[in-house]
Amino acid sequence: MDAIPRESSPLYRRRRVSNAIGLGLSASAMVIGLFALGWILWTLVSEGFAALNWAFFTNSTPAPGTPGGGMANAIVGSLMMVGFATLVSTPIGILAGIYLAEFGAKSRFAQVTRFVTDIMLSAPSIVIGLFVFAIAVATTRQFSGWAGSIALSLIAIPVVVRTTENMLSLVPGSLREAAFALGTPRWKVNLAVTLRAVRGGVITGVLLAIARIFGETAPLLFTSLSNQFFNADMSKPMASLPVVIYNFALSPYEDWQRLAWGGAALIAMIVLAINIVARTMFRDAPRN
Amino acid sequence: MQSTVLESRESIAPLVTDAVMQVRDLDFYYGKFQGLKKVTMDIARNKVTAFIGPSGCGKSTLLRTFNRMFDLYPGQRAEGQILLNGRNILDPRQDVNMLRAKVGMVFQKPTPFPMTIFENIAFGVRLYEPLRGRAMEDRVEWALRKAALWEEVKDKLQQSGLSLSGGQQQRLCIARMVAVKPEVLLLDEPTSALDPISTAKIEELMNELKNDYTIAIVTHNMQQAARISDFTTYMYLGELIEFGRTDEIFIKPTKKATEDYITGRFG
Repeated sequence: MDAIPRESSPLYRRRRVSNAIGLGLSASAMVIGLFALGWILWTLVSEGFAALNWAFFTNSTPAPGTPGGGMANAIVGSLMMVGFATLVSTPIGILAGIYLAEFGAKSRFAQVTRFVTDIMLSAPSIVIGLFVFAIAVATTRQFSGWAGSIALSLIAIPVVVRTTENMLSLVPGSLREAAFALGTPRWKVNLAVTLRAVRGGVITGVLLAIARIFGETAPLLFTSLSNQFFNADMSKPMASLPVVIYNFALSPYEDWQRLAWGGAALIAMIVLAINIVARTMFRDAPRN
Repeated sequence: MQSTVLESRESIAPLVTDAVMQVRDLDFYYGKFQGLKKVTMDIARNKVTAFIGPSGCGKSTLLRTFNRMFDLYPGQRAEGQILLNGRNILDPRQDVNMLRAKVGMVFQKPTPFPMTIFENIAFGVRLYEPLRGRAMEDRVEWALRKAALWEEVKDKLQQSGLSLSGGQQQRLCIARMVAVKPEVLLLDEPTSALDPISTAKIEELMNELKNDYTIAIVTHNMQQAARISDFTTYMYLGELIEFGRTDEIFIKPTKKATEDYITGRFG
Protein backbone atom coordinates (compact mmCIF):
# COMPACT_ATOMS: atom_id res chain seq x y z
CA MET A 1 0.00 0.00 0.00
CA ASP A 2 1.46 3.34 -0.85
CA ALA A 3 1.29 6.00 1.83
CA ILE A 4 1.93 8.90 -0.51
CA PRO A 5 -0.94 11.37 -0.16
CA ARG A 6 -2.72 11.87 -3.44
CA GLU A 7 -4.56 15.01 -4.52
CA SER A 8 -7.86 13.34 -3.91
CA SER A 9 -7.14 12.08 -0.40
CA PRO A 10 -9.15 13.76 2.37
CA LEU A 11 -5.99 14.52 4.38
CA TYR A 12 -4.46 16.43 1.53
CA ARG A 13 -7.64 18.34 0.82
CA ARG A 14 -7.97 19.28 4.48
CA ARG A 15 -4.44 20.57 4.50
CA ARG A 16 -5.04 22.69 1.44
CA VAL A 17 -8.11 24.19 3.02
CA SER A 18 -6.37 25.02 6.30
CA ASN A 19 -3.45 26.45 4.34
CA ALA A 20 -5.80 28.71 2.43
CA ILE A 21 -7.54 29.79 5.63
CA GLY A 22 -4.25 30.58 7.30
CA LEU A 23 -3.00 32.59 4.34
CA GLY A 24 -6.32 34.39 4.12
CA LEU A 25 -6.32 35.38 7.77
CA SER A 26 -2.70 36.60 7.64
CA ALA A 27 -3.34 38.60 4.50
CA SER A 28 -6.43 40.20 6.04
CA ALA A 29 -4.50 41.15 9.14
CA MET A 30 -1.85 42.74 6.99
CA VAL A 31 -4.42 44.63 4.96
CA ILE A 32 -6.09 45.94 8.10
CA GLY A 33 -2.77 47.10 9.50
CA LEU A 34 -1.69 48.72 6.26
CA PHE A 35 -5.09 50.31 5.88
CA ALA A 36 -4.84 51.90 9.30
CA LEU A 37 -1.34 53.16 8.55
CA GLY A 38 -2.40 54.41 5.15
CA TRP A 39 -5.37 56.24 6.60
CA ILE A 40 -3.22 57.99 9.19
CA LEU A 41 -0.63 59.04 6.66
CA TRP A 42 -3.28 60.17 4.19
CA THR A 43 -5.04 62.28 6.82
CA LEU A 44 -1.80 63.88 7.93
CA VAL A 45 -0.69 64.65 4.43
CA SER A 46 -4.01 65.95 3.18
CA GLU A 47 -4.59 68.17 6.22
CA GLY A 48 -1.04 69.21 6.85
CA PHE A 49 0.57 69.54 3.45
CA ALA A 50 -1.19 72.78 2.70
CA ALA A 51 0.50 74.34 5.72
CA LEU A 52 4.01 73.34 4.66
CA ASN A 53 5.15 76.42 2.81
CA TRP A 54 8.34 78.46 2.93
CA ALA A 55 7.00 80.57 5.80
CA PHE A 56 6.44 77.42 7.83
CA PHE A 57 10.15 76.78 7.96
CA THR A 58 11.37 80.32 8.35
CA ASN A 59 8.93 82.07 10.66
CA SER A 60 8.40 81.42 14.33
CA THR A 61 5.10 80.60 15.99
CA PRO A 62 2.67 83.52 15.63
CA ALA A 63 0.17 85.03 18.00
CA PRO A 64 -3.31 83.70 17.19
CA GLY A 65 -4.89 85.46 14.29
CA THR A 66 -1.60 86.76 12.91
CA PRO A 67 -0.97 85.64 9.34
CA GLY A 68 2.27 84.26 7.97
CA GLY A 69 3.41 82.33 11.00
CA GLY A 70 5.48 79.16 10.98
CA MET A 71 7.17 76.62 13.22
CA ALA A 72 10.79 77.59 12.76
CA ASN A 73 11.45 77.87 16.49
CA ALA A 74 9.85 74.49 17.14
CA ILE A 75 11.77 72.83 14.31
CA VAL A 76 15.10 74.25 15.44
CA GLY A 77 14.31 73.40 19.05
CA SER A 78 13.49 69.81 18.18
CA LEU A 79 16.60 69.48 16.05
CA MET A 80 18.85 70.82 18.77
CA MET A 81 17.41 68.77 21.59
CA VAL A 82 17.22 65.57 19.58
CA GLY A 83 20.70 66.21 18.25
CA PHE A 84 22.20 66.66 21.67
CA ALA A 85 20.31 63.65 23.03
CA THR A 86 21.71 61.54 20.16
CA LEU A 87 25.27 62.70 20.87
CA VAL A 88 24.89 61.65 24.48
CA SER A 89 22.90 58.46 24.12
CA THR A 90 24.79 56.86 21.23
CA PRO A 91 28.19 56.28 22.89
CA ILE A 92 26.65 55.42 26.25
CA GLY A 93 24.16 53.05 24.66
CA ILE A 94 26.70 51.30 22.43
CA LEU A 95 29.26 50.87 25.19
CA ALA A 96 26.62 49.54 27.57
CA GLY A 97 25.41 47.19 24.84
CA ILE A 98 28.96 45.90 24.34
CA TYR A 99 29.32 45.42 28.09
CA LEU A 100 26.11 43.43 28.30
CA ALA A 101 26.97 41.30 25.28
CA GLU A 102 30.44 40.52 26.67
CA PHE A 103 29.67 40.02 30.36
CA GLY A 104 25.91 39.59 30.41
CA ALA A 105 25.99 35.97 31.35
CA LYS A 106 28.82 36.09 33.81
CA SER A 107 28.47 39.20 35.91
CA ARG A 108 25.79 39.93 38.48
CA PHE A 109 26.13 43.62 37.77
CA ALA A 110 25.48 43.00 34.08
CA GLN A 111 22.30 41.08 34.82
CA VAL A 112 21.05 43.93 36.97
CA THR A 113 21.94 46.39 34.22
CA ARG A 114 19.98 44.46 31.66
CA PHE A 115 16.99 44.28 33.99
CA VAL A 116 17.05 48.02 34.62
CA THR A 117 17.41 48.70 30.90
CA ASP A 118 14.35 46.59 30.16
CA ILE A 119 12.34 48.50 32.75
CA MET A 120 13.41 51.85 31.38
CA LEU A 121 12.58 50.70 27.88
CA SER A 122 8.94 50.35 28.86
CA ALA A 123 8.76 53.18 31.38
CA PRO A 124 6.06 55.74 30.55
CA SER A 125 7.79 58.74 29.05
CA ILE A 126 5.90 61.12 31.27
CA VAL A 127 7.47 59.50 34.30
CA ILE A 128 10.89 60.12 32.80
CA GLY A 129 9.85 63.71 32.16
CA LEU A 130 8.77 64.21 35.76
CA PHE A 131 11.99 62.67 37.01
CA VAL A 132 14.10 65.06 34.97
CA PHE A 133 11.82 67.89 36.14
CA ALA A 134 12.66 67.00 39.73
CA ILE A 135 16.41 66.77 39.24
CA ALA A 136 17.13 69.39 36.60
CA VAL A 137 14.31 71.91 36.55
CA ALA A 138 13.12 72.20 40.14
CA THR A 139 16.71 72.38 41.35
CA THR A 140 17.80 75.09 38.96
CA ARG A 141 14.40 76.79 38.89
CA GLN A 142 14.73 76.96 35.15
CA PHE A 143 13.05 75.15 32.31
CA SER A 144 15.69 74.52 29.66
CA GLY A 145 16.62 72.78 26.44
CA TRP A 146 19.29 70.89 28.38
CA ALA A 147 16.65 69.34 30.64
CA GLY A 148 14.61 68.38 27.60
CA SER A 149 17.64 66.77 26.02
CA ILE A 150 18.42 64.82 29.16
CA ALA A 151 14.88 63.47 29.26
CA LEU A 152 15.13 62.42 25.60
CA SER A 153 18.48 60.75 26.23
CA LEU A 154 17.02 58.69 29.05
CA ILE A 155 14.46 57.40 26.59
CA ALA A 156 16.92 56.77 23.76
CA ILE A 157 19.67 55.03 25.73
CA PRO A 158 17.76 51.80 26.54
CA VAL A 159 16.76 51.47 22.87
CA VAL A 160 20.37 51.70 21.70
CA VAL A 161 21.57 49.36 24.44
CA ARG A 162 19.02 46.75 23.52
CA THR A 163 19.66 46.84 19.76
CA THR A 164 23.43 46.84 20.19
CA GLU A 165 23.34 43.89 22.56
CA ASN A 166 21.03 41.93 20.29
CA MET A 167 23.15 42.59 17.20
CA LEU A 168 26.38 41.66 18.99
CA SER A 169 24.93 38.39 20.22
CA LEU A 170 24.44 37.44 16.57
CA VAL A 171 28.18 37.53 15.93
CA PRO A 172 29.39 33.93 15.84
CA GLY A 173 31.75 32.89 18.59
CA SER A 174 34.20 31.67 15.96
CA LEU A 175 34.85 35.22 14.77
CA ARG A 176 35.65 36.40 18.29
CA GLU A 177 37.88 33.41 18.89
CA ALA A 178 39.74 34.10 15.64
CA ALA A 179 40.49 37.62 16.86
CA PHE A 180 41.59 36.40 20.29
CA ALA A 181 43.77 33.75 18.66
CA LEU A 182 45.92 36.52 17.16
CA GLY A 183 46.64 37.90 20.61
CA THR A 184 44.17 40.78 20.31
CA PRO A 185 43.33 42.40 23.67
CA ARG A 186 39.69 42.11 24.69
CA TRP A 187 38.71 45.75 24.17
CA LYS A 188 40.06 45.66 20.65
CA VAL A 189 38.23 42.44 19.81
CA ASN A 190 35.02 44.15 20.87
CA LEU A 191 35.50 47.44 19.09
CA ALA A 192 37.49 46.58 16.01
CA VAL A 193 36.08 43.16 15.16
CA THR A 194 32.77 42.26 16.80
CA LEU A 195 31.19 45.71 16.69
CA ARG A 196 32.47 46.23 13.17
CA ALA A 197 30.83 43.02 12.04
CA VAL A 198 27.39 44.36 12.95
CA ARG A 199 27.89 48.07 12.46
CA GLY A 200 24.94 48.29 10.06
CA GLY A 201 22.59 46.86 12.64
CA VAL A 202 23.92 49.11 15.38
CA ILE A 203 23.50 52.21 13.20
CA THR A 204 19.95 51.08 12.50
CA GLY A 205 19.33 50.90 16.24
CA VAL A 206 20.60 54.44 16.71
CA LEU A 207 18.46 55.73 13.85
CA LEU A 208 15.37 54.06 15.26
CA ALA A 209 16.08 55.60 18.67
CA ILE A 210 16.28 59.02 17.00
CA ALA A 211 13.00 58.43 15.20
CA ARG A 212 11.43 57.50 18.51
CA ILE A 213 12.54 60.53 20.49
CA PHE A 214 11.74 62.92 17.66
CA GLY A 215 8.04 62.47 18.34
CA GLU A 216 8.08 62.27 22.14
CA THR A 217 5.93 64.91 23.80
CA ALA A 218 5.48 63.99 27.46
CA PRO A 219 9.13 64.21 28.51
CA LEU A 220 9.38 67.70 27.06
CA LEU A 221 6.27 69.10 28.71
CA PHE A 222 7.90 69.75 32.07
CA THR A 223 11.49 70.06 31.03
CA SER A 224 11.95 72.27 28.03
CA LEU A 225 8.41 73.66 28.38
CA SER A 226 7.98 75.64 25.19
CA ASN A 227 8.79 79.05 23.85
CA GLN A 228 6.70 81.23 21.55
CA PHE A 229 9.81 83.07 20.37
CA PHE A 230 12.79 81.84 18.49
CA ASN A 231 15.39 80.58 20.94
CA ALA A 232 18.59 78.70 20.25
CA ASP A 233 19.89 78.97 23.79
CA MET A 234 19.67 75.53 25.39
CA SER A 235 19.71 76.93 28.89
CA LYS A 236 16.33 78.55 28.38
CA PRO A 237 12.92 77.07 27.58
CA MET A 238 12.81 75.82 24.03
CA ALA A 239 9.98 75.12 21.65
CA SER A 240 9.74 71.67 20.12
CA LEU A 241 7.50 70.28 17.41
CA PRO A 242 5.55 67.78 19.54
CA VAL A 243 4.81 70.26 22.34
CA VAL A 244 3.83 73.08 20.00
CA ILE A 245 1.56 70.72 18.08
CA TYR A 246 -0.01 69.69 21.37
CA ASN A 247 -0.64 73.28 22.37
CA PHE A 248 -1.89 74.44 18.97
CA ALA A 249 -4.10 71.44 18.32
CA LEU A 250 -6.02 72.00 21.55
CA SER A 251 -6.48 75.68 20.86
CA PRO A 252 -9.64 77.18 19.34
CA TYR A 253 -7.71 79.13 16.70
CA GLU A 254 -7.93 77.94 13.11
CA ASP A 255 -4.53 79.14 11.96
CA TRP A 256 -2.92 77.47 14.96
CA GLN A 257 -4.72 74.26 14.20
CA ARG A 258 -3.56 74.46 10.59
CA LEU A 259 0.04 74.90 11.75
CA ALA A 260 -0.40 71.93 14.10
CA TRP A 261 -1.44 69.75 11.16
CA GLY A 262 1.60 70.93 9.26
CA GLY A 263 3.86 70.07 12.18
CA ALA A 264 2.30 66.63 12.53
CA ALA A 265 2.78 65.93 8.83
CA LEU A 266 6.39 67.06 9.10
CA ILE A 267 7.12 64.77 12.05
CA ALA A 268 5.45 61.86 10.29
CA MET A 269 7.55 62.41 7.17
CA ILE A 270 10.79 62.73 9.12
CA VAL A 271 10.13 59.57 11.15
CA LEU A 272 9.13 57.69 8.01
CA ALA A 273 12.28 58.85 6.22
CA ILE A 274 14.54 57.80 9.10
CA ASN A 275 12.91 54.37 9.24
CA ILE A 276 13.25 53.85 5.50
CA VAL A 277 16.90 54.92 5.50
CA ALA A 278 17.65 52.73 8.50
CA ARG A 279 16.06 49.67 7.04
CA THR A 280 17.37 49.95 3.50
CA MET A 281 20.82 51.51 3.67
CA PHE A 282 22.05 49.75 6.73
CA ARG A 283 20.46 46.40 6.28
CA ASP A 284 22.74 43.87 7.94
CA ALA A 285 22.66 40.18 7.22
CA PRO A 286 24.56 38.32 9.93
CA ARG A 287 27.78 37.40 8.23
CA ASN A 288 29.76 34.20 8.48
CA MET B 1 65.43 -2.79 17.07
CA GLN B 2 64.48 -0.19 19.61
CA SER B 3 60.75 0.55 19.55
CA THR B 4 60.25 4.24 18.89
CA VAL B 5 56.58 4.22 19.85
CA LEU B 6 55.77 5.69 23.23
CA GLU B 7 54.72 3.11 25.78
CA SER B 8 55.32 4.92 29.01
CA ARG B 9 56.08 8.49 29.91
CA GLU B 10 59.71 7.75 30.52
CA SER B 11 60.39 6.90 26.90
CA ILE B 12 59.38 10.27 25.43
CA ALA B 13 62.91 11.59 25.53
CA PRO B 14 64.44 9.45 22.77
CA LEU B 15 61.44 10.06 20.50
CA VAL B 16 61.46 13.85 20.14
CA THR B 17 64.91 15.37 20.21
CA ASP B 18 63.99 19.02 19.73
CA ALA B 19 60.68 19.84 21.41
CA VAL B 20 59.11 23.28 21.08
CA MET B 21 56.26 22.40 23.41
CA GLN B 22 56.16 19.79 26.12
CA VAL B 23 52.95 18.65 27.72
CA ARG B 24 53.31 17.08 31.16
CA ASP B 25 50.47 15.46 33.10
CA LEU B 26 47.84 17.72 31.64
CA ASP B 27 44.33 17.45 33.11
CA PHE B 28 41.49 19.50 31.68
CA TYR B 29 38.03 20.12 33.11
CA TYR B 30 34.82 21.44 31.64
CA GLY B 31 33.20 22.25 34.97
CA LYS B 32 33.07 18.84 36.65
CA PHE B 33 33.65 16.80 33.52
CA GLN B 34 37.26 15.81 32.91
CA GLY B 35 38.07 16.24 29.24
CA LEU B 36 41.78 15.37 29.36
CA LYS B 37 43.47 12.87 31.65
CA LYS B 38 47.15 13.11 32.43
CA VAL B 39 48.24 13.81 28.86
CA THR B 40 51.99 13.78 28.32
CA MET B 41 53.67 14.29 24.95
CA ASP B 42 56.01 16.56 22.99
CA ILE B 43 55.59 18.75 19.94
CA ALA B 44 58.67 18.51 17.75
CA ARG B 45 60.16 21.67 16.24
CA ASN B 46 59.69 22.16 12.51
CA LYS B 47 57.60 19.04 12.21
CA VAL B 48 53.90 18.37 11.76
CA THR B 49 52.24 16.61 14.68
CA ALA B 50 48.75 15.27 14.00
CA PHE B 51 46.10 14.50 16.60
CA ILE B 52 43.61 11.84 15.61
CA GLY B 53 40.82 10.03 17.38
CA PRO B 54 37.04 9.65 17.40
CA SER B 55 34.69 12.55 18.17
CA GLY B 56 34.86 13.68 21.76
CA CYS B 57 38.29 12.17 22.41
CA GLY B 58 39.77 15.49 23.46
CA LYS B 59 42.00 16.33 20.51
CA SER B 60 40.52 19.81 19.96
CA THR B 61 40.47 20.35 23.71
CA LEU B 62 44.18 19.57 23.83
CA LEU B 63 44.97 21.85 20.91
CA ARG B 64 43.08 24.70 22.53
CA THR B 65 45.17 24.44 25.68
CA PHE B 66 48.26 25.25 23.67
CA ASN B 67 47.12 28.85 23.19
CA ARG B 68 44.96 29.02 26.31
CA MET B 69 41.84 29.60 24.26
CA PHE B 70 39.89 28.00 27.11
CA ASP B 71 40.61 31.11 29.21
CA LEU B 72 37.74 32.80 27.40
CA TYR B 73 35.23 30.49 29.02
CA PRO B 74 34.68 30.46 32.78
CA GLY B 75 34.35 26.94 34.10
CA GLN B 76 37.05 25.54 31.84
CA ARG B 77 40.39 24.97 33.49
CA ALA B 78 43.64 23.15 32.94
CA GLU B 79 46.00 21.61 35.48
CA GLY B 80 49.49 20.35 34.85
CA GLN B 81 52.22 21.86 32.73
CA ILE B 82 52.61 22.93 29.15
CA LEU B 83 56.12 24.18 28.45
CA LEU B 84 56.78 26.45 25.52
CA ASN B 85 60.55 26.63 25.08
CA GLY B 86 60.90 25.64 28.69
CA ARG B 87 58.40 28.05 30.23
CA ASN B 88 55.06 26.89 31.61
CA ILE B 89 52.30 28.71 29.72
CA LEU B 90 49.64 27.66 32.22
CA ASP B 91 51.27 29.90 34.81
CA PRO B 92 48.81 32.69 35.70
CA ARG B 93 51.64 35.17 35.27
CA GLN B 94 51.95 34.28 31.59
CA ASP B 95 50.75 37.09 29.33
CA VAL B 96 48.03 35.36 27.36
CA ASN B 97 48.00 37.82 24.46
CA MET B 98 51.75 37.48 23.96
CA LEU B 99 51.34 33.71 24.06
CA ARG B 100 48.73 33.86 21.34
CA ALA B 101 51.01 35.99 19.20
CA LYS B 102 53.59 33.21 19.39
CA VAL B 103 51.15 30.33 19.03
CA GLY B 104 48.70 30.99 16.22
CA MET B 105 45.47 29.19 15.44
CA VAL B 106 43.25 28.49 12.46
CA PHE B 107 39.78 27.06 12.98
CA GLN B 108 37.53 24.64 11.19
CA LYS B 109 35.26 27.38 9.91
CA PRO B 110 37.07 30.08 7.92
CA THR B 111 36.66 33.34 9.85
CA PRO B 112 37.79 36.35 7.85
CA PHE B 113 37.27 39.65 9.65
CA PRO B 114 34.68 42.04 8.20
CA MET B 115 37.41 44.15 6.63
CA THR B 116 39.36 44.33 3.40
CA ILE B 117 41.77 41.50 2.58
CA PHE B 118 44.67 43.84 3.28
CA GLU B 119 43.24 44.91 6.63
CA ASN B 120 42.59 41.31 7.66
CA ILE B 121 46.32 40.64 7.53
CA ALA B 122 47.48 44.05 8.74
CA PHE B 123 45.21 43.85 11.79
CA GLY B 124 47.20 41.17 13.55
CA VAL B 125 50.56 42.60 12.56
CA ARG B 126 49.65 46.04 13.90
CA LEU B 127 48.98 44.64 17.34
CA TYR B 128 52.65 44.05 18.00
CA GLU B 129 54.68 45.82 15.34
CA PRO B 130 54.52 49.49 14.30
CA LEU B 131 54.80 48.78 10.60
CA ARG B 132 53.57 51.40 8.16
CA GLY B 133 53.25 52.05 4.46
CA ARG B 134 55.72 50.10 2.35
CA ALA B 135 56.85 47.87 5.22
CA MET B 136 53.29 46.80 5.97
CA GLU B 137 52.51 46.21 2.30
CA ASP B 138 55.57 44.00 2.05
CA ARG B 139 54.56 42.02 5.09
CA VAL B 140 51.03 41.52 3.75
CA GLU B 141 52.39 40.34 0.42
CA TRP B 142 54.83 38.01 2.16
CA ALA B 143 52.08 36.47 4.26
CA LEU B 144 49.78 36.02 1.28
CA ARG B 145 52.57 34.36 -0.69
CA LYS B 146 53.26 32.03 2.22
CA ALA B 147 49.61 31.03 2.15
CA ALA B 148 49.67 30.53 -1.63
CA LEU B 149 46.99 33.18 -2.01
CA TRP B 150 48.93 36.16 -3.38
CA GLU B 151 48.41 35.46 -7.07
CA GLU B 152 44.66 35.13 -6.60
CA VAL B 153 44.09 38.29 -4.57
CA LYS B 154 46.90 40.69 -5.46
CA ASP B 155 44.57 42.82 -7.57
CA LYS B 156 41.76 42.95 -5.06
CA LEU B 157 43.39 43.66 -1.73
CA GLN B 158 40.82 46.37 -1.03
CA GLN B 159 37.89 44.02 -1.44
CA SER B 160 36.19 42.54 1.59
CA GLY B 161 37.66 39.34 2.96
CA LEU B 162 34.17 37.92 2.93
CA SER B 163 33.99 38.08 -0.85
CA LEU B 164 36.42 35.14 -1.21
CA SER B 165 35.47 31.51 -1.66
CA GLY B 166 35.65 29.09 1.29
CA GLY B 167 39.05 27.70 0.36
CA GLN B 168 40.43 31.18 -0.24
CA GLN B 169 39.00 32.42 3.06
CA GLN B 170 40.74 29.64 4.91
CA ARG B 171 44.03 30.48 3.20
CA LEU B 172 43.43 34.09 4.17
CA CYS B 173 43.11 32.97 7.77
CA ILE B 174 46.36 31.04 7.41
CA ALA B 175 48.05 34.12 5.93
CA ARG B 176 46.69 36.20 8.80
CA MET B 177 48.13 33.74 11.29
CA VAL B 178 51.49 33.52 9.57
CA ALA B 179 51.83 37.30 9.15
CA VAL B 180 52.49 37.81 12.86
CA LYS B 181 55.39 35.35 12.65
CA PRO B 182 54.42 32.92 15.38
CA GLU B 183 56.52 29.93 16.35
CA VAL B 184 53.81 27.32 16.45
CA LEU B 185 50.80 26.96 14.17
CA LEU B 186 47.72 25.23 15.57
CA LEU B 187 45.27 23.98 12.96
CA ASP B 188 41.92 22.70 14.22
CA GLU B 189 40.43 20.57 11.42
CA PRO B 190 41.36 23.28 8.90
CA THR B 191 40.11 21.48 5.82
CA SER B 192 37.02 19.66 7.05
CA ALA B 193 34.73 22.41 5.73
CA LEU B 194 36.48 22.66 2.35
CA ASP B 195 36.27 20.95 -1.01
CA PRO B 196 38.95 18.41 -2.06
CA ILE B 197 40.89 20.83 -4.25
CA SER B 198 41.19 23.49 -1.56
CA THR B 199 42.10 20.72 0.88
CA ALA B 200 44.91 19.56 -1.39
CA LYS B 201 46.22 23.11 -1.72
CA ILE B 202 46.29 23.58 2.02
CA GLU B 203 48.00 20.25 2.61
CA GLU B 204 50.69 21.29 0.12
CA LEU B 205 51.00 24.50 2.08
CA MET B 206 51.68 22.68 5.30
CA ASN B 207 54.59 20.87 3.76
CA GLU B 208 56.10 24.22 2.86
CA LEU B 209 55.27 25.92 6.14
CA LYS B 210 56.86 23.29 8.34
CA ASN B 211 60.29 24.41 7.19
CA ASP B 212 59.81 27.63 9.13
CA TYR B 213 57.17 26.77 11.70
CA THR B 214 56.10 23.99 14.01
CA ILE B 215 52.65 22.68 13.16
CA ALA B 216 50.08 20.86 15.27
CA ILE B 217 46.98 19.74 13.45
CA VAL B 218 43.77 18.12 14.62
CA THR B 219 42.08 16.07 11.97
CA HIS B 220 39.36 13.47 11.84
CA ASN B 221 40.63 12.44 8.42
CA MET B 222 43.16 9.70 9.00
CA GLN B 223 44.40 9.71 5.45
CA GLN B 224 45.24 13.36 5.84
CA ALA B 225 47.17 12.62 9.02
CA ALA B 226 49.06 9.84 7.28
CA ARG B 227 49.81 12.09 4.30
CA ILE B 228 51.14 15.18 5.95
CA SER B 229 52.32 14.53 9.49
CA ASP B 230 55.65 13.45 10.94
CA PHE B 231 54.30 12.50 14.35
CA THR B 232 50.84 11.26 15.25
CA THR B 233 48.96 11.18 18.53
CA TYR B 234 46.01 8.86 18.94
CA MET B 235 43.56 9.89 21.64
CA TYR B 236 40.47 8.27 23.07
CA LEU B 237 38.09 9.52 25.76
CA GLY B 238 40.50 12.19 26.96
CA GLU B 239 43.52 9.93 27.24
CA LEU B 240 46.58 9.76 25.10
CA ILE B 241 46.66 6.19 23.85
CA GLU B 242 49.63 6.28 21.54
CA PHE B 243 52.19 8.82 20.33
CA GLY B 244 54.87 8.13 17.77
CA ARG B 245 56.29 8.62 14.30
CA THR B 246 53.51 8.63 11.77
CA ASP B 247 54.98 6.01 9.47
CA GLU B 248 55.36 3.63 12.38
CA ILE B 249 51.95 4.21 13.93
CA PHE B 250 50.14 3.69 10.68
CA ILE B 251 52.09 0.60 9.72
CA LYS B 252 52.58 -1.06 13.04
CA PRO B 253 50.85 0.51 16.03
CA THR B 254 51.68 -1.03 19.39
CA LYS B 255 48.25 -0.73 20.95
CA LYS B 256 45.26 -2.69 19.71
CA ALA B 257 43.01 0.32 20.30
CA THR B 258 45.06 2.36 17.88
CA GLU B 259 45.04 -0.40 15.32
CA ASP B 260 41.26 -0.75 15.59
CA TYR B 261 40.79 2.97 14.98
CA ILE B 262 43.23 3.20 12.14
CA THR B 263 41.83 0.23 10.30
CA GLY B 264 38.35 1.64 10.65
CA ARG B 265 37.02 -1.04 12.92
CA PHE B 266 35.42 1.73 14.90
CA GLY B 267 35.29 5.50 15.17
